[in-house]
Amino acid sequence: MQANSGGGQVSSGTLYDKVWDLHKVAELPGGGTQLFIGLHLIHEVTSPQAFAALRDLGLSVRHPERTVATVDHIVPTTSQARPFADPLAEEMLATLEANCTAHGIVLHGIGSGRQGIVHVIAPELGLTQPGMTVACGDSHTSTHGAFGAIAFGIGTSQVRDVLASQSLAMNKLRVRRILVEGDLPRGVFAKDLILHIIRTLGVKGGVGHAYEFAGSTIEALSMEERMTLCNMAIEGGARVGYCNPDAITFAYLQGRPFAPTGDAWERAMAWWSSLASGPEAVFDDEVRFDAATIAPTVTWGITPGQGIGVDEAVPTPEQLDPEERPIAEEAYRYMDLLPGAPIAGLPVDVCFIGSCTNGRLSDLRAAAAIARGRQVAPGVRAFVVPGSEQVAVAAEAEGLDAVFREAGFEWREPGCSMCLAMNPDRLEGRQISASSSNRNFKGRQGSASGRTLLMSPAMVAAAAVSGAVTDVRTLSPAEVSATALR
Amino acid sequence: MSSHPFPAGPVPSHRGRAIPLVGADIDTDRIIPARFLKCVTFEGLADGAFADDRTERAGAHPFDRDEHRGASVLVVNSNFGCGSSREHAPQALMRWGIRAVIGESFAEIFFGNCLALGIPCLTADPLHVAELQQAIAADPGAELYLDLEALQVELESEFVGANRWPVHLDPGPQRMLVSGQWDGTSQLVAHDGELKATAARLPYLNGFSRL
Ligand code: SF4
Repeated sequence: MQANSGGGQVSSGTLYDKVWDLHKVAELPGGGTQLFIGLHLIHEVTSPQAFAALRDLGLSVRHPERTVATVDHIVPTTSQARPFADPLAEEMLATLEANCTAHGIVLHGIGSGRQGIVHVIAPELGLTQPGMTVACGDSHTSTHGAFGAIAFGIGTSQVRDVLASQSLAMNKLRVRRILVEGDLPRGVFAKDLILHIIRTLGVKGGVGHAYEFAGSTIEALSMEERMTLCNMAIEGGARVGYCNPDAITFAYLQGRPFAPTGDAWERAMAWWSSLASGPEAVFDDEVRFDAATIAPTVTWGITPGQGIGVDEAVPTPEQLDPEERPIAEEAYRYMDLLPGAPIAGLPVDVCFIGSCTNGRLSDLRAAAAIARGRQVAPGVRAFVVPGSEQVAVAAEAEGLDAVFREAGFEWREPGCSMCLAMNPDRLEGRQISASSSNRNFKGRQGSASGRTLLMSPAMVAAAAVSGAVTDVRTLSPAEVSATALR
Repeated sequence: MSSHPFPAGPVPSHRGRAIPLVGADIDTDRIIPARFLKCVTFEGLADGAFADDRTERAGAHPFDRDEHRGASVLVVNSNFGCGSSREHAPQALMRWGIRAVIGESFAEIFFGNCLALGIPCLTADPLHVAELQQAIAADPGAELYLDLEALQVELESEFVGANRWPVHLDPGPQRMLVSGQWDGTSQLVAHDGELKATAARLPYLNGFSRL
């Protein structure tokens, strides 16, 4: 990595700047900018209080047709029959249904064929498009930046504001270009790339910034890989992460239910192409990475920045910057890991493949390529949760569900599941999980003392069949190339 | 928990006892564990504030200690409120009784979520935060006076004497809190003409929307 600080200059001519300028509504007395929101995605967890506040204020939904709902966080993944076994979960979904009906908002509910994790379904329906502003009451909204949209997570009172006014008070971010060049090595995926970036720049490195991901590595990534990358920008502190729209973006969008068609498609492509950061674009700063140097990456600690190559050892305090040492000390204790211990070979109890980071078809293919013809190790519980109903259908059409089942994985219904364990899928006690999700905070997966190792879906599958953290590159070569799976 | 009413109108200052919470990167999962998110109203969230940390520390957590009962100012270290954007975190703190937070630094979304509730998050020099945390620990009964206009915090203690530290808040949020404009919904709704003009020039709302 090389860093090059722009020395206080202000970005201009970037996709971020262009989209920001187009969506400006007014300057606010408080100093922020009122920004128009092109697409507002809502779900059952962060919307009920916002609807309640709207009612208290006597306001209605300003643009119900630009508000789209689904249910994901609390849905059970074993039986999705209603009413749910958990009365609280049932109440949350019932409240969302009532609010959507009352305000004329489309809800892609269970069994609609379109339900799933909000950050999986909006792209696959073609709702997320280049040049839009996208907001959702969920931090991983940065996912939609993969399309060249400016997408960010908001809190519940901001959900209320967007419902009421289709706009938000925002402050402009600085733009950092993350330039990645070269081919990802065999066994190295978009997940490893973003874990590597966060490891290098830190979990606070992106605070106040939008990350523009650019360079030959990014240009070669599929849309699903770009989504994985942008999804975790927020874990590096960047509220917004995006890639410039290109032919890969357009090919993904064409023919999706909400994508433009006919003449409108041509006009849309012309406009989308004009948004990309051009050669004249000025960035606040730039950081470079060489893809060839990246290894399959695993987190060993309690923040997504505590990642290491699978062939590395848990860092010792001396190897860390002084300001990283207190959180490392906390992580050694919580994870029960010794500084200097190798991460490969660490036994795991639970393996989870899914989430808005890695619950898409290509993720399931990568995991299935490892699972095929192998068996989940004795004592390990492994399960696969497709990111959406559409992902589930596509995976089943390819027979991936059978591959997983034969290997001893459970094949579940779509939802967020053990990414944050608001449903019945959770760790117990001090169990260790190998997880394709995005957060390894203490207690994240449903047990206050549960431990999470973040890694790519292929690495999770490798851990499942060997019962321990395993370098996916030691498994047969043809199975583990991101390029071959594109 | 404190008996301070929820913020309403201008917040030019705040007076109250304080509670030091030492540690960097305290994320929103710790402030309010995910299981407390299963609710359709924010009522009742106070009990969930730091629930897992409190269980782990079996009564030794600052939120469980008698000397901090009724405190309304939280004094934290760096990157407080990182992690999930859940607004349940500031809601849980507000419902527990917190009306202002002073710290070395805050996660952006957490800062914004607090501002939207009328709860200022003020930053201070790490050295000053440490001094303040020590002074509070030495005399938990002492009152803090937080002046959002002068941007300083004063501790009035019979035991450790009076002391004063500068705090920082960007001019925008400062103006919003001091003037009572932190409740921005009505300002956004008021610009409907400008909103229509913006919508009219967005290609995807005119040339090719399928929504
Ligand atoms: S999968 Fe996880 S990170 Fe993604 S929206 Fe669901 S809970 Fe949030």
